[in-house]
Amino acid sequence: MTATLNLAPNLDAPDAFYEALIEAHRDLTPEQSHRLNARLILLLANQVGDLAVLREALAQARAGLAAA
Amino acid sequence: MSAASADLMEPDYQRLDFAYRRSRDQDAPEPPRHPVVIAGAGPVGLAAAIDLAQRGIPVVLLDDDNRLSTGSRAICFAKRTLEIFDRLGLGELVAAKGVRWNLGKVFLRDALLYQFDLLPEPAHHRPAFVNIQQYYVEGYLAERALALRGLDLRWSNRVIGLEQAGDGVLLAVETPEGSYRLRADWVIAADGGRSPIRAMMGLESKGRVFRDRFLIADVRMAADFPAERWFWFDPPFHPGQSVLLHRQPDNVWRIDFQLGWDADPALETAPERVLPRIRALLGQDARFELEWVSIYTFACRRMEHFRHGRVLFAGDAAHGVSPFGARGANSGVQDADNLAWKLAAVLRGEAPEALLDSYAAEREAAADENLLNSTRATDFITPKSEISRLFRDAVLDLAREAPFARALVNSGRLSTPTVLRDSALNTPDADGFEGSMVPGAPATDAPIRIDGAPGWLLEQIGQGFTLLCFGVPPDAVPEEARTLLVDPAGAVPEGVIAIEDSEGLLARRYDARPGTGYLLRPDQHVCARWRAPCLAGIRHAMATALGWEMAS
Ligand SMILES: Cc1cc2nc3c(=O)[nH]c(=O)nc-3n(C[C@H](O)[C@H](O)[C@H](O)COP(=O)(O)OP(=O)(O)OC[C@H]3O[C@@H](n4cnc5c(N)ncnc54)[C@H](O)[C@@H]3O)c2cc1C
Repeated sequence: MTATLNLAPNLDAPDAFYEALIEAHRDLTPEQSHRLNARLILLLANQVGDLAVLREALAQARAGLAAA
Repeated sequence: MSAASADLMEPDYQRLDFAYRRSRDQDAPEPPRHPVVIAGAGPVGLAAAIDLAQRGIPVVLLDDDNRLSTGSRAICFAKRTLEIFDRLGLGELVAAKGVRWNLGKVFLRDALLYQFDLLPEPAHHRPAFVNIQQYYVEGYLAERALALRGLDLRWSNRVIGLEQAGDGVLLAVETPEGSYRLRADWVIAADGGRSPIRAMMGLESKGRVFRDRFLIADVRMAADFPAERWFWFDPPFHPGQSVLLHRQPDNVWRIDFQLGWDADPALETAPERVLPRIRALLGQDARFELEWVSIYTFACRRMEHFRHGRVLFAGDAAHGVSPFGARGANSGVQDADNLAWKLAAVLRGEAPEALLDSYAAEREAAADENLLNSTRATDFITPKSEISRLFRDAVLDLAREAPFARALVNSGRLSTPTVLRDSALNTPDADGFEGSMVPGAPATDAPIRIDGAPGWLLEQIGQGFTLLCFGVPPDAVPEEARTLLVDPAGAVPEGVIAIEDSEGLLARRYDARPGTGYLLRPDQHVCARWRAPCLAGIRHAMATALGWEMAS
């Protein structure tokens, strides 16, 4: 079975995660926030590991822009 | 310092002139016909010409110039290239003169980020790389070419016209004494990145041009940096850009400074601009001489098809990459290696013309692999957009603290030979195998003993097909192949060469058991393998590798 991107709820504590995400950016300039995001994406990508899943996530993220 | 004082016998290849000599062809009433004419005596044209001549095919090799490569071009020559040069009779010369290295180090600012070993496994004849100036390589090739019978090397002969007519090609050639015409059954266009032949035929090499400029400075100095590839991102002595340092023979060091697109080439090559950059790296009181300075830009591109009728494109004429990864000359020499035996087989009537389509298909796929690696490295070193730079910098940043990010740092993925996995010349595996010696892979080397003396497997591979058997030979031995039998279990059949797997590495590298057999093409690529080969199967695989399946 090949792994696929999980779009179903998977976060332990959604509200707490969201709060932590916003908190991580507190007092940062937009430029610093961009850098933080880039680092974060790389860290999380390594955690996921599977290229097929990462490609799906990239496609999903980008497709959302077209729809907006 | 007296230049090259140690090698008294060695000519100064940078200044060597090769005399133009009038050919009898220039006085012929009708254009004389030759089986193969090669345009361009760069590393690729020279390698192809030597290979063909060694196979008994007469070759005319034309070059518009009468000198070797000037100044700084290729310096990193890969293991596979040395192995091909071994077959062409100059591997030892290049390996002995070159600076051997296996280790690369990547620095961020003033700290070592990580290092990589390109040949982590011992017991190979040739190192991962040697560094040697391109003019030495071309000089050795030219000397080998001039010593071969049947190889007619004509300096100061410029191809100025080309026309395909039915079963041949008509060429117009310009010399210091006027022009003349030649006919060829086949033409190899190895006339470099600007390929006049490509233009004459209305063809293009398409791809991407990168908006960046690099300054090359070759300096002569006595320094004790180790023989390693050192690459810096954003070093204190050249902030915001990258720098590459490489050792070459004769105490010459290659320093490559990234300058950015806005740099003015005329300004940047002036000594008053170059010297401070070098001093910033080497120290203010460093003593050195400038050998060569130039600015280069590059493109990643290739021709759509490498075969156009009777004209075969090879080397930079067919494809171009950025220097990061040292894939230009190295892949071009592999083109020559792939083409020469096929052209010889077609000319001798042993293979259908379709075999030459496999040259195009195999080397186009190889070019794609090289372009992919080269483009990825270039995107990392020269980010094209703000977001691309943001991620690049984030990777570098993280690489200091998190090991995973080091694998993302790309300062050039260095040339390795292409595995021709999808080639129509391969016989797909019917038996189970582990390891890397899949059909399409170039045969890996291993230490052996033959007649009691130590040697290397690749030295024992013939000019034609080679059958490499382990322990027991097949039911019958094909006389069309050179058969090697590793550690014979019983009597050695007539015509078979016994070798000893002295360190047990040969069997390990080929995942061999008693009975295993590998069929190697004349360019040393695996084309079939079996756990228990039989003569009929071997013959069928040989016919497949000669293109008879493609033709039918
Ligand atoms: C800065 C730099 C660094 C590099 N570093 C490396 C490296 O480390 N490793 C590596 O593998 N590669 C490297 N390369 C690439 C390498 O130099 C080329 O890939 C290689 O020279 C290509 O060989 P070639 O024979 O295809 O073409 P060329 O070397 O360009 O030879 C073509 C020949 O054809 C001749 N010619 C042209 N037109 C005609 C005509 N009309 N008639 C007859 N003859 C003609 C030319 O005079 C020339 O002799 C580097 C390149 C550069 C610029």
